[in-house]
Amino acid sequence: MPHNKTQDTLVGLFVASGIASLFFLGLHVSNLSSFSHGKTFEITARFSNSGGLKVKSAVSAAGVKIGSVKSITFDPKTYESVVKMDIDAQYKTLPDDSSASVFTAGLLGEQYVSLDGGGSDDYLKNGSKIEITNSALILEKALGQFLFKSAEEKKGGDDKKGSSKK
Amino acid sequence: MEFFQNLGASTRSSFTKLGRGSYFLVHLLAGISSVLVRPHLLLKQLHSVGVLSFLIISISGLFVGMVLGLQGFYILSRFGAEETLGVMVAASLVRELGPVVTALLFAGRAGSALTAEIGLMKATEQLSGMEMMAIDPIKRIISPRFLAGFLSMPLLAALFSCVGIIGGQLVGTGLLGVDDGAYWSQMQANLDFQGDIINGVIKSIVFGFVTSWIALFEGYDSIPTAEGVSRATTRTVVNSAFSILGLDFILTALMFGDN
Amino acid sequence: MDNHVPTQDSIVTVHNLTFSRGEKKIFDDISLEFERGKVTAIMGPSGTGKTTLLKLIGGQLFPDHGSIMVSGRNIHHLKHDDLYALRKRMGMLFQSGALLTDMSVFENVAYPLREHTQLPESMIRTLVLMKLEAVGLRGARNLMPNELSGGMARRVALARAIALDPMMILYDEPFTGQDPISMGALVHLIKALNTTLGLTSIIVSHDVHETAAIADYIYVLSEGKVIGQGTPKEIFDSPSLWVQQFMNGAADGPVHFHYPAKNYMEDLLHSEKPIFSRQRPPSDRTSKRKRYS
Repeated sequence: MPHNKTQDTLVGLFVASGIASLFFLGLHVSNLSSFSHGKTFEITARFSNSGGLKVKSAVSAAGVKIGSVKSITFDPKTYESVVKMDIDAQYKTLPDDSSASVFTAGLLGEQYVSLDGGGSDDYLKNGSKIEITNSALILEKALGQFLFKSAEEKKGGDDKKGSSKK
Repeated sequence: MEFFQNLGASTRSSFTKLGRGSYFLVHLLAGISSVLVRPHLLLKQLHSVGVLSFLIISISGLFVGMVLGLQGFYILSRFGAEETLGVMVAASLVRELGPVVTALLFAGRAGSALTAEIGLMKATEQLSGMEMMAIDPIKRIISPRFLAGFLSMPLLAALFSCVGIIGGQLVGTGLLGVDDGAYWSQMQANLDFQGDIINGVIKSIVFGFVTSWIALFEGYDSIPTAEGVSRATTRTVVNSAFSILGLDFILTALMFGDN
Repeated sequence: MDNHVPTQDSIVTVHNLTFSRGEKKIFDDISLEFERGKVTAIMGPSGTGKTTLLKLIGGQLFPDHGSIMVSGRNIHHLKHDDLYALRKRMGMLFQSGALLTDMSVFENVAYPLREHTQLPESMIRTLVLMKLEAVGLRGARNLMPNELSGGMARRVALARAIALDPMMILYDEPFTGQDPISMGALVHLIKALNTTLGLTSIIVSHDVHETAAIADYIYVLSEGKVIGQGTPKEIFDSPSLWVQQFMNGAADGPVHFHYPAKNYMEDLLHSEKPIFSRQRPPSDRTSKRKRYS
């Protein structure tokens, strides 16, 4: 069968641009380039409330993304939320007394875990647990507390006992 | 009474058609191995199915991306979230519009051409003629076209999404003043390779499979007259559109349901 | 059903064949013999299913009853591979030529050779040129099928049909729609190929004179039955009025010029009550539908 050179070239160009597009989507559009498959180590933190945190939510330190949430489970004994996180292996010098907090990016944005460094000379390693945690801020709760407090202050706080929870 | 009789008859005939179509599919899949040893057959079809759809896909992609950029900007800017324009454009393209619009355009451009070509080959007895030459027309004519359609679709859909994302960027950052860095970084931070890109590609593979199958079967099953072929061509576009949109719903529910 | 013993020298034997399409019986218990090395013609008006018969012989359609033995084997009981092996030894010339439209004349003739043989390119070229020379179109090898006239396309298709040196060729209406010159060329070609290549030819046609000129034996079919058979001379001398009408092309005879209808005057004077009535009178359905060809 006689081959048509131009046709072969055009098909070649077509296939190449299709594959290039796939690479572009993979590397430039999605988070593939940011250590999805790089080496990581796992740490665990317990929160009394992890709020709207999801699997794959970001874990960041000083505003830089250093890992992602791997799993979130509920511990029925302690009534706590157990959050396992994968941290990129290059950040192996995080102090082991770092604290973890669940924050919200912007007013309505996604929730993420923020790690704040402590002063210890030992570092977090695979399987480490973070002891100091700050739970997610639940907007309704915070609003409720605020309204309650301001009402108390007005009345002078005579008959009602306002017990705020952690 | 007559209504129910007609209903029964048409139900039965659509099952018969599905049966013929399935048999046809098995036959053409069995023919794919013989295409692999004759790559020139595949190259020729990649040209007529893929290369000739290239232009319509990239131009449509560009415009769809630009429209997404505009619309997205107007809505997002109301909430002060223009920064996330990249996410919106990319997610809607990669997850939905890329695979679906590409498949619809593909059915209109390449699918109808395939049906007409096969129908005409049938009407001019070329398929019969091959059979009498002891050459299986499904292996030589149908399977290469199927494989070409099946392979082209994910490539075309990826192209569509890419061009669309660039079109959205042109409008968003060039025209409306969204920060270029935010456009890309928000996109990268919020689009997941597994969940978004791979699922989009899976969708387009499924659509490529179904559209090519419908187009080729309608041509092969058409009544070999001018009218029969033109009806078959219409059926290809209509049935492909239904299947694409229906399957898109099912696939979306399966893939993104738990998020 | 398969225990029918074919006559010694028949290459195709059709035995008690019945075939219907929907309600309509196209063949009703017919038996035919096609002798090796001869030109046998099947004649009849349009719509008698002559092309269907060729497709049955080629194994593309399946009969309701009866059997078709090709070269001593029941073609409808063959496995896929055996059927294809047998088809390599059968050539078929379609009415339209059935050339593959995306290939040149040369490639069309070369196609079966490339598919079924491992011959080197130089050998294929020689063979193709020989076949094209036989049909007088060696000079047209680089044309595309859409550049050919109907007669030329049919000749190219003939060259393709003999590319694998088959034992027999089935011709589907080879003379229809040809001008006298290409018709003459085709008549000459079919006869010449039959004698020089020792082929068996089966011709399906309604062109009486051309077919009679080259056929050794003729079957006349109508309404799914064989209504006349014999050498061309015997057929022309047939006592059957029907055969006489067909062979001489008379406008009226046993096959009426008019499609069955009620009295002409009556029809003109009384307009039917509902003009757009979809129901046909029952008599219409049962009456024999004979069409003038």
